[in-house]
Amino acid sequence: MIENLDLGMVNWARAQFALTAMYHWLFVPLTLGISWIIAFFHTIYVRTGSEEWKRLTKFWMKLFGINFAIGVATGIIMEFEFGTNWSNYSWMVGDIFGAPLAIEGIVAFFLEATFFAVMFFGWNRVSKGFHLFATWMVAAGSNLSAVWILVANAWMQYPVGQAFNPDTARFEMQNFFEVAFSPYAVNKFTHATSSSMMLGAFFVISISSWYLLRGRHVLMAKRSIVVAACLGLVASIFTIFNGDESAYEIAQVQPMKLAAFEGLYEGQTNAGLVAFGVINRDKKVYDTQPAFHGFNIHIPGLLSLMANRSFNSFVPGMKDLVYGNAEHDVLGAVQKMELGRKAVASLDAYRQAKKAGDAAAAEVQLAAFDEHKEFLGYGYLNKPEEAVPPVALSFNAFHVMVFLGTLFPLIFIGYLYFSYKGTLERKKWLLGLGTITYILGMIASQAGWIVAEVGRQPWSIQGLLPVTIARTNLTSGTVQTTFFLFLVLFTLLLIAEISIMVKQINIGPEEN
Amino acid sequence: MTEQNPPRPWLVTRIYRFYRDGFRQMTVGRTLWKIIFIKLFIMFAVLKFFFFPDFLATQFTTDAQRADYVIEQLTQSAPGSVQPSKEKTHD
Repeated sequence: MIENLDLGMVNWARAQFALTAMYHWLFVPLTLGISWIIAFFHTIYVRTGSEEWKRLTKFWMKLFGINFAIGVATGIIMEFEFGTNWSNYSWMVGDIFGAPLAIEGIVAFFLEATFFAVMFFGWNRVSKGFHLFATWMVAAGSNLSAVWILVANAWMQYPVGQAFNPDTARFEMQNFFEVAFSPYAVNKFTHATSSSMMLGAFFVISISSWYLLRGRHVLMAKRSIVVAACLGLVASIFTIFNGDESAYEIAQVQPMKLAAFEGLYEGQTNAGLVAFGVINRDKKVYDTQPAFHGFNIHIPGLLSLMANRSFNSFVPGMKDLVYGNAEHDVLGAVQKMELGRKAVASLDAYRQAKKAGDAAAAEVQLAAFDEHKEFLGYGYLNKPEEAVPPVALSFNAFHVMVFLGTLFPLIFIGYLYFSYKGTLERKKWLLGLGTITYILGMIASQAGWIVAEVGRQPWSIQGLLPVTIARTNLTSGTVQTTFFLFLVLFTLLLIAEISIMVKQINIGPEEN
Repeated sequence: MTEQNPPRPWLVTRIYRFYRDGFRQMTVGRTLWKIIFIKLFIMFAVLKFFFFPDFLATQFTTDAQRADYVIEQLTQSAPGSVQPSKEKTHD
């Protein structure tokens, strides 16, 4: 795979960011998800006073602590990368991201640092009520700290509440609430946190199933499964609904991304959703090759329904979005590039006029820039086809995520049904499947980020800043070195996590 | 004669003892703290220091210079006229 990479700095920087983000995301969703499940376990213990529930809560808390400790600060590396590899971007978005990330730092530090210690050290040393409160606060604090980074990411996909200042070259926040509560941000947060809760439930189910298959810690495993499956089922259904809402939002603000998810080259009315298909990796937006190899199944009208809430609506394809479609009033990248070029030219003329001290000319150029600034990013594309993201990767990641996301509620229902019937221990096939559900959940979670980030290429900020302009003007040598350094560092951390975790799982909950 | 309870320690003392005893009783936690410190050392003392200078902070001394540089990047990077392609453009 490495041999196929373009060795240019931009691609190495992208690969490095993808590597660090994906490793970071191995730890984060488990922290977000299992913290809620532990809060429920702890609540049951406090309400029942049962020592078995206390033992169970302490066991899962210990595994949570291992994951938290190994994963903590792995995201900081992404901030290093912003300053070094993506300095133009970093400069331009500083005003937008400063406030959310500062809030994240404060919330994360005070909530997590304060209550984390109480949660772990508080057994028999603080009141039961305060101890339980601390556990809930850790869950709330972890998830709240994720809000702001997701708001920042959502803004890159849907840059609202901002204005570009041509004197400072910065996007400046005009309306905090528009940024924080944009529908894109709300959907992203609910989708990320509910899917993380589902992942946390799978973590509990995987380990508990393993115990049941070996006949160890049977009561604890069965109790853990029931609570985790209940929460996981609710979370998985919620994830499907807010995933659908996310797709609707994407159709409105990033139609190219949606078209790439579905391998939709030609726009269609009553467009179908691909239920099965092997995407043709060699197809280009301008050629006449088929989009799919051989047999494929489309569910008629479902893509139109998802995109526009109407079976008979038109969903633009990649060709429409590249070359335009006057009949359906779709402006193509070709037309947007012309407008973007005007924005760039006006920006340059404004800069020259300011330098020359010609205030009148500067004002004229600024007005011209304002007229076309929403297309600024298109001014930097070399060819309109560059507006198309990598289709095969977007398509495959999207369909893996959707397939697994549809399967997950059925697994939770299976666990709940056989738990209710009292026959779960005899269902070896389900327990066998259960042991790998955490891996399946992680694949879906990682695929979700591939969908979000690969699907928005070539943009750093949708329509305003392509990755080629967001980068620092460096050679690729340094980025390659740190890419492999990170690969080694993160792999070592992952090995440490897995080995410590496996050791503790083998030991199991404390007997006394 | 009634036995008197010892006076309750100050809040700060109780918090100090809470953390002290908590850290003393850690088992897996000790290993995890070691990993955290090693990780933070590698990140900040090695990676950040040697490999990740803040480009604009190190190359320029004022925000005005940084803004000028980025504006120049934005205005000098646009290609020429728009040509829809009939050839391979990306994978």
